[in-house]
Amino acid sequence: MSLPPHSAQLLTSEGLDQLLRALRRGGYRAVGPTVREGVIAYEDIDCVEDLPRGWTDEQSGGHYRLRRRDDDALFGYAVGPHSWKQFLHPPRQRLWRTRGGGDAVQIEREPPDGPPLALIGVRACELKAVAIQDTVLLGGAYGDPHYRARRADTFILAVNCTVAGGTCFCVSMDCGPNVATGFDLALTELAAAGPPAFVLQSATPAGRKVLEEISHRPATESEIAAARARVQHSAQHMGRQMPAQNLPQLLLRNLEHPRWSEVADRCLACGNCTMVCPTCFCTSVEDSSDLRGQQTSRTRRWDSCFTIDFTYLHGGSVRQSTRARYRQWLTHKLATWHQQFGSSGCVGCGRCITWCPVGIDITEEVSAIRASDPG
Amino acid sequence: MHDRSDKPRLAVWKFASCDGCQLSLLDCEPELLALGEAIEIAYFPEAATRPIRGHYDLSLVEGSISTPRDAERIRAVRRRSAHLVTLGACATAGGIQALRNFADLREFMAAVYAHPAYIHTLATSSAIADHVPVDFELRGCPVNKRQLLEVISAFLAARRPAIPAHSVCLECKSRGLPCVLVAHARACLGPVTQAGCGAICPACHRGCYGCFGPQETPNTASLTRALAALGLERRELLRLYRSFNANAEAFRAESERHGE
Ligand code: SF4
Ligand code: SF4
Ligand code: SF4
Repeated sequence: MSLPPHSAQLLTSEGLDQLLRALRRGGYRAVGPTVREGVIAYEDIDCVEDLPRGWTDEQSGGHYRLRRRDDDALFGYAVGPHSWKQFLHPPRQRLWRTRGGGDAVQIEREPPDGPPLALIGVRACELKAVAIQDTVLLGGAYGDPHYRARRADTFILAVNCTVAGGTCFCVSMDCGPNVATGFDLALTELAAAGPPAFVLQSATPAGRKVLEEISHRPATESEIAAARARVQHSAQHMGRQMPAQNLPQLLLRNLEHPRWSEVADRCLACGNCTMVCPTCFCTSVEDSSDLRGQQTSRTRRWDSCFTIDFTYLHGGSVRQSTRARYRQWLTHKLATWHQQFGSSGCVGCGRCITWCPVGIDITEEVSAIRASDPG
Repeated sequence: MHDRSDKPRLAVWKFASCDGCQLSLLDCEPELLALGEAIEIAYFPEAATRPIRGHYDLSLVEGSISTPRDAERIRAVRRRSAHLVTLGACATAGGIQALRNFADLREFMAAVYAHPAYIHTLATSSAIADHVPVDFELRGCPVNKRQLLEVISAFLAARRPAIPAHSVCLECKSRGLPCVLVAHARACLGPVTQAGCGAICPACHRGCYGCFGPQETPNTASLTRALAALGLERRELLRLYRSFNANAEAFRAESERHGE
């Protein structure tokens, strides 16, 4: 476990406010958690006042409610419906445009968009999810240039989880609740009756540079110990578990298990699970032309293995039944992802459980199969 | 630029409907100029009384079939159209007027008209595809303007229209909207409804009303169980499924499970 080191600093809520302002002064677009229409969403934020002060969330299968905390904590909740892929791998990305026709056709590349991103409040499971998308979208011979440009400039302010959500199981997936790598700065919020305070660790030159602009002091031994204890406490209070031993083998030898039909009976094939999953990366491209036939464009958009068109080949769709589609999703996440990308495709964030309208729970599906596995 | 005679000829036909889908076409104001350059538009908003002449490369058909005369007229339109695209819930599923399919029409007529004997109507309101072959069905009540332009552009470029048949939820999540069902326990038909509107209702904190009809693989039974668990009663479930797309197969079958 990588917990706040002995060199950690102490940051007050004013210090955090200075930090957000310094990032914005430095030309970053800061995005982070904020309360919007009854959920904690990731949106543009300016200062500490935009953070969900004093809020927490209640989560279970198909259920999410904001609740008041009895303190003023700024990060006292788990992950919500959004993930950072909204910004790094956005729902729609135009790839190129053409103008003119015949021999005069000109192809225009899509220019890079907007200022560099500063992601505020990134959790351990989310850092792991970003690392997984890095492998998927940048690995191999054909990296995605749009993703690469965004990632190269991204500043990450991570947060160690001091509360575990009702559908979290990052401990089972070995992805949290403490951050390990992949961030510039990381905070651990201390319990306090008064104003929030944080133990802060820096990991990169970019992180140390921004610290020069804000006030902080060395954290005391007892503050560091308190921060560690809070993270350990959340590790012991995960809402869900999914024992990981031999998961790929377990699933791949149970491809005809009756449970797949049972879950297909409930599954709406709505695709919500894939939309909220921070590692799901699948897209389709759409071509469009204008009425005069003078301009065309190609746009990549999020797609889902739960749609019929997604596996459409000449003659029809490969995965016609919802059973086949749900099984594809779950076995890709937990089994074949290992073969393809060298890790699990699930980080245990619990979003697919919470945001499934009928509360289908990946951990329950796996344990049902495990319970009746002939071995 | 083509001269007039080279341009594809487009016709717009109206059957039993409210005109909302044609209004979507008129709402394409900035694009109408380009549309006029690319195609010759023969517009027949109320052509019911005139004979049908000429041939059309693309016919856009609004409205459902609810009278014997319309059942004849749609055959004439089909004969004279190289491609026939239906617009909206009326033309693709029978529309709100298909509520008559669940009741006794004679009772309605007796209640509304002093001399019901003069009314020449069919017992049901049905989709255009129940009467003639249809090349493409554009959903919605009304249709979405962007999708309408996409279908016409695709037709002009001889390519497949990019009109996905998946759920509204994909659009809703792509817009980053908080789910009204999961976060607010509001009934939403989004998971069983085809995308196309851009998730307008969830963006206004309301559940989807199903204007675009059933998605490609609608699991209405499972959604109904979830809605019943939120406290919706039989009558509310019946009404939810029985609106603009009441006669679309999946919604019709589900509403009948909660019928009298
Ligand atoms: S599969 Fe579910 S729990 Fe795992 S990373 Fe995706 S959304 Fe999170
Ligand atoms: S598992 Fe849930 S969220 Fe995913 S497609 Fe099925 S019903 Fe939708
Ligand atoms: S609000 Fe409705 S359409 Fe949007 S994700 Fe939830 S169930 Fe689907």
